[in-house]
Amino acid sequence: MNIIVSIKQVPGTTEVRIDPRTNTLIREGVESIINPFDMYALEEGIRLKEKTNGKVTAVTMGPPQAEQALRQALALGVDDGILISDRAFAGSDTWATSYALSAAIKKIGPYDLIICGKQAMDGDTAQVGPGIAVHLDIPYVAWIRKIEEIKHDRIKVERLMEDGYDILEMSLPALITVVKEINTPRMESLKNKMRAKKAVITTWSAADIGANPDYCGLKGSPTTVVRTFVPKREGKHEIIQGATTAEKVVRLVEKIRPVVR
Amino acid sequence: MDRIRIVSDKCVGCSLCVKACPPSAIKIVEKKAVIDLAKCNFCGACCEACKKYQAIIIEKEIEKTLKSDIPAYHGVWVFAEQRRGKIASVVFELLGEGKKLAGKLNTYLGAVLLGDKIESEAGKLILYGADRVFVVDDPALKDFHDDSYARTLVELVNEHKPEIVLTGATSVGRSFIPKAAVMLKTGLTADCTGLDIDMERKLLLQTRPAFGGNLMATIICPETRPQMATVRHKVMKASAPQPEKKGEVIKKIISGDSLKLRTQLLKTVEEIEATVNLAEADIIVSGGRGLGKPENFAIIRDLAQQVGGAVGSSRAAVDAGWISYSHQVGQTGKTVCPKLYIACGISGAIQHLAGMQSSEIIVAINKDPDAPIFQVATYGIVGDLFEVIPVLIDQLKK
Repeated sequence: MNIIVSIKQVPGTTEVRIDPRTNTLIREGVESIINPFDMYALEEGIRLKEKTNGKVTAVTMGPPQAEQALRQALALGVDDGILISDRAFAGSDTWATSYALSAAIKKIGPYDLIICGKQAMDGDTAQVGPGIAVHLDIPYVAWIRKIEEIKHDRIKVERLMEDGYDILEMSLPALITVVKEINTPRMESLKNKMRAKKAVITTWSAADIGANPDYCGLKGSPTTVVRTFVPKREGKHEIIQGATTAEKVVRLVEKIRPVVR
Repeated sequence: MDRIRIVSDKCVGCSLCVKACPPSAIKIVEKKAVIDLAKCNFCGACCEACKKYQAIIIEKEIEKTLKSDIPAYHGVWVFAEQRRGKIASVVFELLGEGKKLAGKLNTYLGAVLLGDKIESEAGKLILYGADRVFVVDDPALKDFHDDSYARTLVELVNEHKPEIVLTGATSVGRSFIPKAAVMLKTGLTADCTGLDIDMERKLLLQTRPAFGGNLMATIICPETRPQMATVRHKVMKASAPQPEKKGEVIKKIISGDSLKLRTQLLKTVEEIEATVNLAEADIIVSGGRGLGKPENFAIIRDLAQQVGGAVGSSRAAVDAGWISYSHQVGQTGKTVCPKLYIACGISGAIQHLAGMQSSEIIVAINKDPDAPIFQVATYGIVGDLFEVIPVLIDQLKK
């Protein structure tokens, strides 16, 4: 079974620092990691590969240094890493990103299942996974918490919903996005780490994947960010004082009573 | 989808296209080019290479809205999500907000209702502000499927051309709307917490948190239509019902192809413990590491019951196996925005704050006066939760 996992390199923290003059992110001095949600996608991909004696390829789009994320994926047990990197992709929103990744996946070749983390920790959109599936014209189900069964041409999954879960089946090839509950990611093995260090990461440009320039980068992105700002932590913060617990609680109840009825 | 074909009369089998094709999707079979559609990107490199013979034709289905078409788009639409025949509460919030936006744009407020035997619910949408309700009643739409919901919405949008489409940032909304937006070749902004209109350019200003709420971004979709956004629960205010309000119900029939499914729903299971949906709850009581052991969640449940709220938890408590993941609030769990959030024994890691800091009132109960949770708490009590909560329950009973 051929599995493709789409991953993203993100800053290792969400405690962002903003340059007050330019209002842009300060990325210097912040280490980069694989998006935490993608770790579950990688783990699930590697498990399926082991079970079906298949192959798992990680693909990512980003600047040249995103290669590091692919090396880490290799160290976890992925067979191959592919980076798509090109100035033409700069400024891509979720439409253009999912288009570019889908073009890369087509070039990778036949696949049975594509796995994505439910969303990236920096952008939090959850739109790229479904977008890839639409560009590839394959079915998808988001928020998967369990693969119940996988056969050569079908997959049965559990989808997490607000009030419970759904069990669905779909034909392969297909795409799923996974939630944290699906597994516990493994650690890197020493053997794979050595292999990852030496591995050659394939890098493809926009031309290599035959991406239509009209669909790439800023030009291919319907949305534009017009302003970024740090939210104000408005409102007051009060530590309720009192000699005894009871006194404090009485004061708290006065405050919250209107909301509690 | 895009289409590509070879005009066999014109193809001379020169293989120029084969060399030009980046994904190697073309082969020469019996002196004619043959395209492997599974590999083709519709990039047009082959057409370029075949300029001399013009034997390859690409028809693109995905086309951006033409600039000249933008004035043809009118109306603010709300996707009226239903589950098991019941309209989701976020829909009423969207109607309240949509009404304001429609007022500023001097246009109508529409609602899209998809389901089986669902038409009876249309009146409710009018009561809460919709001027027009587009109803597609079909057994195939009873359950949610990305394929059928997205294609049906796309058909309606193509026919009626709304300028804005708002959807709740729910499991359903955030799953299928990306498909609709990609099919429509238009922009989509996820999980918005603020919407407004740029009056000069008549554009939707979509503000959303990124980096776990540490950075806000305002996003526009200037050149394509509709402008699409998913909107977080509980942030917008529902407007009061207007019993006098009149509205039009427009019944639509969708052709079979759009309702074709590639997924099958085998079973849907409601989880007993999630009696109150976290995202929809007005009050949430959450417990964290400070509870010490799983049995102690009972005290959180007691308080939740007393205030009529849902039970949440921090990641630490879920990772320790004290409570199921569906209760987790925070970056890797759910993002909530209730009127009242009571955090008990939760230190307030940045990842937890990301999921709850937009709550209206935050109460923190924690032993450690330096716990970061107190920096976002509207009201804090420094104390042992096992002492504080029983007294709190007693006081609330009075």
